[in-house]
Amino acid sequence: MRTINTLQISDYIEKLCKRLNFKLDDRVLNLIRDSAKRETSSIGKDVFSQMLASYRLAEENRTPLCQDTGMVSVFLEIGQDVILEGIPIEEAVNIGVRRAYTSSFFRCSIVKDPIGKRENTMDNTPCIVHTKIVPGDKIKIDMLIKGFGSENATALRMFPPTASKKDIEDFLLELVNEKGINACPPLFIGIGIGGTADYALRLSKEALLQLEPMDEWECYLLEKINSLKIGPAGLGGDITALYLKVKTFPTHIAGLPVAININCHILRIGSITV
Amino acid sequence: MEYHLLLPLKEEDRIRLKAGDKVFLTGEVYGMRDQAHKRILELLERGEDIPIDLNNSCIFYVGPTEAKPGDKVGSIGPTTSSRMDPFTPKLISYGVRVIIGKGRRNKDVIEAIKKYRAVYLVSPGGVSAYLRQFVSEIKIVAFQDLGPEAIYILKLKDFPTFVSIDTGGNFL
Repeated sequence: MRTINTLQISDYIEKLCKRLNFKLDDRVLNLIRDSAKRETSSIGKDVFSQMLASYRLAEENRTPLCQDTGMVSVFLEIGQDVILEGIPIEEAVNIGVRRAYTSSFFRCSIVKDPIGKRENTMDNTPCIVHTKIVPGDKIKIDMLIKGFGSENATALRMFPPTASKKDIEDFLLELVNEKGINACPPLFIGIGIGGTADYALRLSKEALLQLEPMDEWECYLLEKINSLKIGPAGLGGDITALYLKVKTFPTHIAGLPVAININCHILRIGSITV
Repeated sequence: MEYHLLLPLKEEDRIRLKAGDKVFLTGEVYGMRDQAHKRILELLERGEDIPIDLNNSCIFYVGPTEAKPGDKVGSIGPTTSSRMDPFTPKLISYGVRVIIGKGRRNKDVIEAIKKYRAVYLVSPGGVSAYLRQFVSEIKIVAFQDLGPEAIYILKLKDFPTFVSIDTGGNFL
């Protein structure tokens, strides 16, 4: 058994919030640099150069990568041999978010009551916390910070169990065609297939946390999206999406849930293991 | 084509611009987004005074981060324009002639742009640390209670944009 005080978690969350808003993950940056070389349209090249300049300036000047410093999602994998002491862990996570957003001049974008007065909480809390209990005595924290230009492009469709891969492809292309341009392309796309409706959506987010290599179908879907020629910033070009990952889970005989999570080019992901 | 233009844009300046052109803007613009649009239109529809002058104005859909100590501006970039679609034709009819945002517009907005010879410009999303260099000053002018959704005045200096919908209604 191992005891971890949850206040430690607040510190790590604060650190991650700051890092992710100022600096792109190296894997994300390398992917974008490589893709920029393949863009042939002149506006597309111009947009790529603005993107790369912006990433550099954000890090150098410690100014956020985007004015939409997003809503924070935290994915905790808590080892079952861990004993948590101190304040409740969700509270600890929110304390970390609050400290980062109020001390770093990030934009606070969270409103209290979604259908009422929509009063701003002014500290960007609450964040979304997903928890999984896993073997071991460590805690793994994954964070995804996402703006709502791209979150608003999310879609879920409950397909019949007899639907084909082609039906999923059509759904994807229809969605990217309609909403991709608003999600700040070039895009990262996570797809969750199976489980229940809510679980498919969660998988679609988790699909973008690790940036594992793409398989054949994923490469094929990425190519299909790029053939839409929406291009960087939606101004036309070769690179509409940079990366696509599918995550699956067993599902019910009567259904085939498919969730699509579209992320902008500044994929703000990061992880710490405690 | 590339143009360096001073705001407010004259009608002949706007007519010259074609979808796909790059335009560097210098001058003052209003920064406003969802809730401010809703509130301005509610005031106008009740026949009440509004706190900004829409005549031949430029609106930038923006909700910046606060400037950190020592900086004049925070991170600044466009937000998704389509959310403002329900309000835009009316605002154009009240005098807005230049809009800066990102993404697609609906048919009603394109029609209003044609009718009033307005122009819709876009900048890439997610490059705020780059775009902020072209904003020399920012201040809140109205609706402070809306927090990041207040109305701002921004001073642009050679702020880079692309023409997305031109006065003829042609679009990228």
